[in-house]
This record gives sequence, C-alpha cells and structure tokens, in this order.
Amino acid sequence: MIKIKGKDAAKKEVLKLENLTIRFGGLTAVDSFNGYLNKGELIGLIGPNGAGKTTIFNMITGIYKPTFGTITFNGINITGIKPQITTHLGIARTFQNIRLFSEMSVLENVMTAEHSWLQNYKAKKILHAHNPSEFPKPHWKPWFWSAVLKTPDYLKVERKMKSYAHDLLKEVGLDKYAHLKASALPYGPQRKLEIARALATKPSLLLLDEPAAGMNGQETQELLEFIENIREKFSLTILLIEHDMKFVMKICERIYVLDYGKIIAHGVPKEIQSDKKVIEAYLGDESYV
Amino acid sequence: MKRISFKLNFVLTTLFVIGTGFFLLWVSNSFGGYWPRIITLMGIYGIMAVSYTLVNGVTGIFSLGHAGFIAIGAYTAALLTLPIQQKAMSFFIEPLIWPLNSIQMGFLPATIIGGLVAAFAAFLVGYPSLRVTGDYFAIATFGFAEIIRIVIQNSYNITNGSLGLKSIPPYTTIWWAWGWLLVTVIVIGSLKFSSYGRALRAMSEDTVAARAMGIDVFKHQLISFVVSGFFAGIGGALYAHWLTTIDPRPTSLGIMLTFFVLIMIVIGGLGSISGAVLGAIFFAFFAQWLRIVESPMNFFGINIPGIPGMSMLIFAIIFILIMLFRRKGIMGKDELSWQYIYNYFSKKAGDQD
Ligand SMILES: Nc1ncnc2c1ncn2[C@@H]1O[C@H](COP(=O)(O)OP(=O)(O)OP(=O)(O)O)[C@@H](O)[C@H]1O
Ligand SMILES: [Mg+2]
Repeated sequence: MIKIKGKDAAKKEVLKLENLTIRFGGLTAVDSFNGYLNKGELIGLIGPNGAGKTTIFNMITGIYKPTFGTITFNGINITGIKPQITTHLGIARTFQNIRLFSEMSVLENVMTAEHSWLQNYKAKKILHAHNPSEFPKPHWKPWFWSAVLKTPDYLKVERKMKSYAHDLLKEVGLDKYAHLKASALPYGPQRKLEIARALATKPSLLLLDEPAAGMNGQETQELLEFIENIREKFSLTILLIEHDMKFVMKICERIYVLDYGKIIAHGVPKEIQSDKKVIEAYLGDESYV
Repeated sequence: MKRISFKLNFVLTTLFVIGTGFFLLWVSNSFGGYWPRIITLMGIYGIMAVSYTLVNGVTGIFSLGHAGFIAIGAYTAALLTLPIQQKAMSFFIEPLIWPLNSIQMGFLPATIIGGLVAAFAAFLVGYPSLRVTGDYFAIATFGFAEIIRIVIQNSYNITNGSLGLKSIPPYTTIWWAWGWLLVTVIVIGSLKFSSYGRALRAMSEDTVAARAMGIDVFKHQLISFVVSGFFAGIGGALYAHWLTTIDPRPTSLGIMLTFFVLIMIVIGGLGSISGAVLGAIFFAFFAQWLRIVESPMNFFGINIPGIPGMSMLIFAIIFILIMLFRRKGIMGKDELSWQYIYNYFSKKAGDQD
C-alpha cells in the first residue's frame, strides 16, 4: 500500500479497500486495489478506458461481489452486501451513462430515492450490531400497509419526502422542472438530477462516475462549484471518477491512478501530474494529453 | 396549467362513484335479459384487469400466470359456498375430502378466502420465478399456471377433476362485482400512488438504478405479485359465482383467460388502472357483440353458417393492430383523473384559439 507522507492517521476513515480483486472469467478487471477515504475528503479515481474504475464502484455498492479482498465502510465490513443495503448504510452513487427513471417526473425521481427511508431496517440492524451505543435498536414498521391504508404515520412521511425533495431540487436549481418528465430535461440538468437523486438517500459517501462527461468548459466549471457546494452542505465524503484532467486536478485532494486494474500511482494532484508512470499510461491516448 | 385541488378532486370522485352506483341501479332494475349480466361481467373483468396491470404494467414484469390465480380463487370460493348436499351429489368419481365436504359458508368470507389462497399461491409461484427475469419469467409463470390447471384437472377428491363444479350458487350480482372492483381500484390505486408505487414504477424502468436507490427489487416485485394474486383470486371467486359452472379446460380458466385479460390491459394502456377498467368494459361489451359473428347469418339472401372461434380471431386482430399502431392503448401509462380531463379539454380549447 502506498502511503502518503504527512497525512495524519488520526482522521476518521470512511472507506477502506483492501486487496480488492475481481475476475471476470480470465480477465482480472481489478487487481489488489488498496485505498482509503477519510471523512470529508474528495478523492479522484482516474485511469484510461477499461482500467477498472467503474468496476470498483460496482464492488463498493455491492453490484459486483469481489473475488477477493474486503471493503470496510465506517468500520463495518460490507464486502458482498446487497446494493440496496449499501445504499441504506449511506453510500450513494451516480452512473457513467445517466440512469434516470426517464418516464417519471423530476420530483418523482428524487422521491423514489427517498423510498429508502422506509426500507432501511436491515441496515439499521447492521449498524446496531456494529455499535449498539451509537445506533439504537431499530423497530420494524409495516410501512407497506401504512402506505396502502394511508395512515397518518405514512402521510406524515410522504409529506416529509415531498418537502425534502423540493428542497433538494431547489438546492441544485432544478425546482422549476419539478413536474417535467426526467427525459425532457437537457443533458446538464439530467446529470444534476442524478446527483440530487443520490443525495435523497441521505448518503455520507457519494460516488460520482464521470460527472463532467459530455460537458463544455463553462458547464464543467459550474459542476465543480456545485460539487464543492454539496460537499459542504451535506458533509459528504466523495470519490469521483473523471477523465477531464483539469477538473480532477482542480477539485481532488488525492488521486488514485488505475491502469489495467492495478494502482500505478497515488498522491496529491501535483505528484500525479509529474508521475512518469501516469504520463506513460496516458501516452498514446491523445484525448488526455 | 391549473392544478385541481385535493378537495375538488375528492368531491368530484365521490359524485362520480355515487353516479355510477345510480347508473348500475338503473341498469339492474330496468333492463331484462343479458345486460345486467354483461355489466356484472364488466366489473369482474375489471378486477382481473386491474390486478394484472399492477404486475405487467406498473411493476413491469411480464407474467402469464394470471389465470392460474383466478382459477384458484374460483375453485376455493366455489368449494366453500356450494351446498353440502350438492357437493355430495357432484363428486361421484371420488368423494370430496374432509373438511371441504362439510363446510358451507357465505359469499363474502368465501370470496376473501379465495383471494387469500390465491395470494399464497402467488407467493409460492413468485418466490422462485422472480429470480429469473424477462422472457424466462413469462415462461415460468405460464408453466406454473398450467401446473395449477393440471393439478385441478386431476384432483378428483378436491376439485372434481375434469368434471368441474356445477350448480354453484349464482351469488355474483352487479353490486358484488362493482363493489369489489371499487375496493380493488382503491387498494391498487393507493398502492400505485404511494412511495411503494413509485418504487415499482422505477423498477419497471431500470432495476440497476432502482437498486442503487435502495430498492429491494425482488421484495417489491414479490409484494406486487402477491397483491395482484389476491385480487385475481377475488375476481376468480366472483367469476365462479357468475358462471355457476367451472371446469379446468384451457379455454375456461386457462391460458385463454390470461390472454383475454392481457388484451384488456393492452387496450387500456399497460400500467394504467383506469385504462384497465376501460379495457375490461370494452372487452366485455365487444365480446358480447361479437357473438353475432359466430351465429348463422343471412346476408342478402346468402346463408353464412356460424363460425365458432371467429370472435377470438377478431380479438387477435385487434390486439395486433393495437400493438402496431397504438402501443399506448387508450390511456398509456396515465390515469383518467379530473386533472387529466381538465388538461385534455383546456388543451382542446387552446387549440381552437
Ligand atoms: N460484468 C462484466 N463482465 C465481464 N467483464 C467486465 C464486466 N464489467 C467490467 N468488465 C471489464 O472490466 C474492465 C474494466 O471495466 P470498467 O468499466 O471498470 O472500466 P472503466 O475504468 O470504468 O473504463 P471507462 O473509463 O471506459 O468507463 C473492462 O475490460 C471491462 O470490459
Ligand atoms: Mg467507467
């Protein structure tokens, strides 16, 4: 594991990946990845096409089960846990190719993510087992019946969902589109909506897969400010994949560089920029030069 | 666009329900012959269609097993309401097993038990088959429905096998059928327009994104399947007491029925509850009307013999035409709400300006 000089170990570790490895048939897509994220950090994950970046996201969120290695989130081993539970534990993500619920309205997209508020019993049980003093024993509630019978309990939550969704949309500047179909939004706002939807699950760790893809210079600049802004406001720890080097260098505190599933460099932007291996890996791929 | 307030919506809807009630009262009192029967059937079909569209439309999983749950509801309820002497008389190949041979109960509890047994069957079928997706799920559910039918066909000491059940009391009136339809629409509507409904609709679009948003896709599909099974069973119970004779032929409670209900929900618009009701009404009406083409006709002096199965052929053609030219059916995924009607007419008015 590559260590960064001068970084204090006392900081709270939100995510820790140890020897993370996954094989698809003969292909080792990710090979012994080691890394960590401290609370509040904004970390970049870069590398050429097919390096295994998205695959790492898919392992963290439980879509893929690693062949080998462990994922620790806030001190809890979450390796191989189902995606919906990783979400309930506080990991949210966006997708490289936008995956909105395109037939649903902008507001409904956000509110769909808020359904997780009613579904987090198993996650709360895991948290309670991990640390009974901090996380009280959860009580299972028959939310399905409450929802169908429209009990006052449920109606209260529904109202909360609606107002929180409106607040989020206002926060990201999409409130004027609230009742529009998600597919009717222009590209930039769709990206923002995907982030807003992820935020609606109330995450502590946000994984962004190429948020700036397909954006022009000004849009990218706006996105940069936007990410900084939500990071503060929602006290997030962020891991982001991005091909836009300027963007990554500007925003990230540390960067992991991946090539053919292996880490080839890790450090602060300055170190990465001048790293020989990194330059080599990107050489020949003119889009990054 | 003006939004219609909750209060106004509520008042208009209540008035609409009461109005429909008076209409049904008028029909059942002033029409003789088959019309009250057809309108009762519309209610029954409505229940089957609304419960089917919950799975195939709202949740977006393609089941072909609906008739299986309808059959279970039909048999369960009929076995519970049939008079004891009647059972002793009908079951002459093998006697009916205990305790069914000594039970007789009212229509309402029998219907509810029919629904519950069908819901349990839906759980048993859904649990393994929801592990597979897409076409495999359709095939699996189709297979299960066939198994249910064949089990019914061969369990002489429970279902009277291929002889079927006869002289089921004709309990299903317009009021039972449309009353249960109202319950079905309220429950499934309430489900669709809740946080769970949003989850179902989201899953129907993208299961990967839905999982990433914290939705347990399997669990939600199973819930939807079981709720659908319950109301399919209710529909079946009402159907049995409307038909008064049921048997396990594929054309009565088999794949043919699934196909009929599929036509209804496709006509109405997959995923739309009001569309499903409209599709059911349309289907029941049209099926009655199409009987003409199956009876011998005298066409300008030329005698045309009745062609059995002709109406089915015409339905198949309608189905194909919808798939080709209007995939959305009547309603698309929308609901026929006051807001919808208001928007429709204000748009019309806008066009004329
Ligand atoms: N489910 C899968 N089955 C087989 N191979 C896979 C699967 N998922 C990913 N891979 C392979 O793993 C490798 C890494 O893919 P991944 O999507 O993680 O790359 P990436 O770094 O995100 O690239 P990009 O910048 O193009 O998004 C690729 O070779 C890909 O083909
Ligand atoms: Mg990728």
